[in-house]
Amino acid sequence: MNVIEVRELTKKFGDFTAVDKISFEVKEGEIFGFLGANGAGKTTAMRILCGLSKPTSGEAKVAGYDIYKQAEPVKQHIGYMSQKFSLYGNLKVWENIRLFGGIYGLSDKQLKEKTDRMLAVLHMEDKRDTLVDSLPLGWKQKLAFSVAILHDPRIVFLDEPTGGVDPVTRRQFWELIYQAARRGITVFVTTHYMDEAEYCDRVSIMVDGRVDALDSPSALKKQFNTTTMNDVFYSLARKAGRGE
Amino acid sequence: MKQFQSFLKKEFYHIFRDSRTTITMMVIPIVLVILFGYAITTEIKSTRFVVFDQSKNSTTQRIIDRLAASEYFVIYKQVSSYEEIETLFRKNKIRMAIVFPPDFEENRQTGTEVQLLTDASDPNEATSLVEYATTIINTELTKDYIVSSVGIKPVVRLLYNPQMKDAYNFVPGVMGMILILICSIMTSVGIVREKEYGSMEVLLVSPLKPVYIILAKATPYLLISLVNILTILSLAYFLLDVPIKGSLFLVIMLSLLYALLALTLGLFVSTIAKTQQAAMLICGIALMLPIILLSGMMFPVENMPWILQQLSNLIPARWYIVALRDVMIKGLGVTEILPEISILVVMTLVLIVLSVKRFKVRLE
Amino acid sequence: MNSVQISHITKSYGNVTAVRDISLSINSGELFALIGPDGAGKTTLFRMLTTLLLPDKGDATVCGLDMRKDWRQIRTISGYMPGRFSLYQDLSVEENLEFFATVFKTTIQENYDLIHDIYVQLEPFSKRRAGKLSGGMKQKLALCCALIHRPRVLFLDEPTTGVDPVSRKEFWDILSRIKEQNITIIVSTPYMDEASRCDRIALMRNGSCLRTDTPEQICASFPHKLWSLKGKELYQLLLDAREYPQTYSCHAFGDCHHFIFKEENDKADDLAAYLRMKGHEDVLIERLEPSVEDCFMDFGEDDQ
Repeated sequence: MNVIEVRELTKKFGDFTAVDKISFEVKEGEIFGFLGANGAGKTTAMRILCGLSKPTSGEAKVAGYDIYKQAEPVKQHIGYMSQKFSLYGNLKVWENIRLFGGIYGLSDKQLKEKTDRMLAVLHMEDKRDTLVDSLPLGWKQKLAFSVAILHDPRIVFLDEPTGGVDPVTRRQFWELIYQAARRGITVFVTTHYMDEAEYCDRVSIMVDGRVDALDSPSALKKQFNTTTMNDVFYSLARKAGRGE
Repeated sequence: MKQFQSFLKKEFYHIFRDSRTTITMMVIPIVLVILFGYAITTEIKSTRFVVFDQSKNSTTQRIIDRLAASEYFVIYKQVSSYEEIETLFRKNKIRMAIVFPPDFEENRQTGTEVQLLTDASDPNEATSLVEYATTIINTELTKDYIVSSVGIKPVVRLLYNPQMKDAYNFVPGVMGMILILICSIMTSVGIVREKEYGSMEVLLVSPLKPVYIILAKATPYLLISLVNILTILSLAYFLLDVPIKGSLFLVIMLSLLYALLALTLGLFVSTIAKTQQAAMLICGIALMLPIILLSGMMFPVENMPWILQQLSNLIPARWYIVALRDVMIKGLGVTEILPEISILVVMTLVLIVLSVKRFKVRLE
Repeated sequence: MNSVQISHITKSYGNVTAVRDISLSINSGELFALIGPDGAGKTTLFRMLTTLLLPDKGDATVCGLDMRKDWRQIRTISGYMPGRFSLYQDLSVEENLEFFATVFKTTIQENYDLIHDIYVQLEPFSKRRAGKLSGGMKQKLALCCALIHRPRVLFLDEPTTGVDPVSRKEFWDILSRIKEQNITIIVSTPYMDEASRCDRIALMRNGSCLRTDTPEQICASFPHKLWSLKGKELYQLLLDAREYPQTYSCHAFGDCHHFIFKEENDKADDLAAYLRMKGHEDVLIERLEPSVEDCFMDFGEDDQ
């Protein structure tokens, strides 16, 4: 069963083609790595899939809904977290949880149960009344991820969630991703850490607006005759023609 | 000097490439002048009135004709009872009624009364109507009796602005507002933006002197204000028929001094504000509102409670507006407005000292 | 001498200590990296060294100049590239470079040899507004602007954060070439894998400096024997390996897990047998040399 189906998706800004006829599927419960050089069109493509931007042509279905004819139901079934903004720093931890739970229409009872469980999983029971701004970045990101999947979305989009996070917390973050995937939540993630690419079930690499490679990390390494994802990425992205 | 030039060039690039802001800065003054000139006017034009003339003689007729001929009033009809007047008021057909008593002519020598009825639910308009009408009636009456010894009531004469044209009042006010708006907001935002984007870090770590940064930030906005000054003045002169009785050069120099003051105010704000929004809010709300309310632009300072009068002394716009009116409308010269000029100069100097002291060569 | 000496420097914001008693000695012409995650205190340390902040305690000299007394001179001899993109987005590539050249009282021509390598890559876009460049290009432009006055010390605060691996590699190649000009380069990064590109590194966390040494020395001083675990079901393998009674630590590292035994003489064969019992038929256990990231994480284990 595919949670994301993308067909010939294209996005143009004037005469600049940011996303150039990309097609791919993402399976239910999969951890899908969405890699690419800066300016390859990752962010644009991800925005379209989240319903934040209209494609110029082509179509895409997320959770079975057409992303731009049925934008509202799509939004009910996705979670989103980015590196730049995730939670309100001047609200306390539980206030953030309540806010986002409220936005997705959780009942008070559900919210209380979920908050308790989430804070227990994160070992943050004693941080309930802490302002989010005073948490270290890694904790913030783990919390933001948990909040993004609070409403049990079919799919969660993560935009460079671990940038600048310390190595230990970064790994804890990925364990949260694994746990979510085991619960059946599909994870769509971008990253610049190539070791994290290895954690994905399948990886796509975008170059100049096109998806140039798409397979499991081990198959990609075999295909490019190398031992690391870093080399795979390097040999693909090096030939990128545009600096955007 | 080369450093300064290059910085200045950069500032102009910023301004011209942000065409939306530039156009806004050029268009705001025009819009404001037109708004105040035509829309938000308290000026009286073609107001309908009725006459209840119980005296019916040549004098009353002349007064009525005179009123009806003025651009301020239009006669609606003649009525024959107070009830009728009241009905018309209630139906909102008229804004004013004039009642001549039956003994109007007889009592002319000993002092007579004309009754003016207005709808005081809008007290400002009511007062203006009465003032306008009184002026016209008195002018008409005094014509005949210049040498009459008895019965002449004190006559109010409105100097300098006999028709009580609002434009005379608001043009200096709008200039006081626009210049502070453009200069203080744009300068403070321009400097705070560099802090917010992080480029200030790089500039501070360079050998560039802070005074260059400040000067280069201020110069373009001073030039833009000059353009604004000229725009407003020409609009006022050609479109709204506001005379410039005093020296045009003095008007411009005075305005430039005021613009400079506004620039330093913006500079000072930039040393306090950490974000562009904060700078905008401080300038927009903490500066603009007091200027509009306390400068005497809208409400006469003399009518304010003591404490607000004291406060209004601190508002630069107050002194600028007074001085500008003196030069533009009264045609006074530089010596008469020296007190205002000195106050503005002192304020500028104080702000410069404060800002330079507060301008940090480090980050915190 | 283009060296930087830092002694017992401390800086707090309110009750948060951003930099805690750090002492470092960076040699002339060295490529030195401060490595640590967000919140380690790298930016604060940079701002103090560029005299943008004064420390609460401690002292530092840059090229022999005192950070408190000679701050003006320090500013003229250092090049600084802040963490955020700090050029003017609405100016073109060329205009930005020209502007910063004049600000530093020089011209592009005068020091063109220094930036030539980088600038040729930017040249096709010289008329483009800086805001429209890609992340990698922006970093290169910012580097050009920081270099244009031929500084003696170059401070680069997280120049490669958020930049893709290809651009990151290019950026480090450029730094190696700049180093040949006898410019001392101090750079900060959250990417542990960049450590190998530096002469010496300081590992930082929570405002403190954990270790300062060459990357090789740091790895050599790793106190444990390190093993790699490979298998098909990586996540399950990680969970099961952690359950093993003799496990000291086990972390995911890309396509394998890095594993440390509690006791040095524990047998890999026993672990393999245990994991096979758990259903990991294909598990592969091999000895492994530690990386800087292993070392960094090991310092963390000690803390906790």
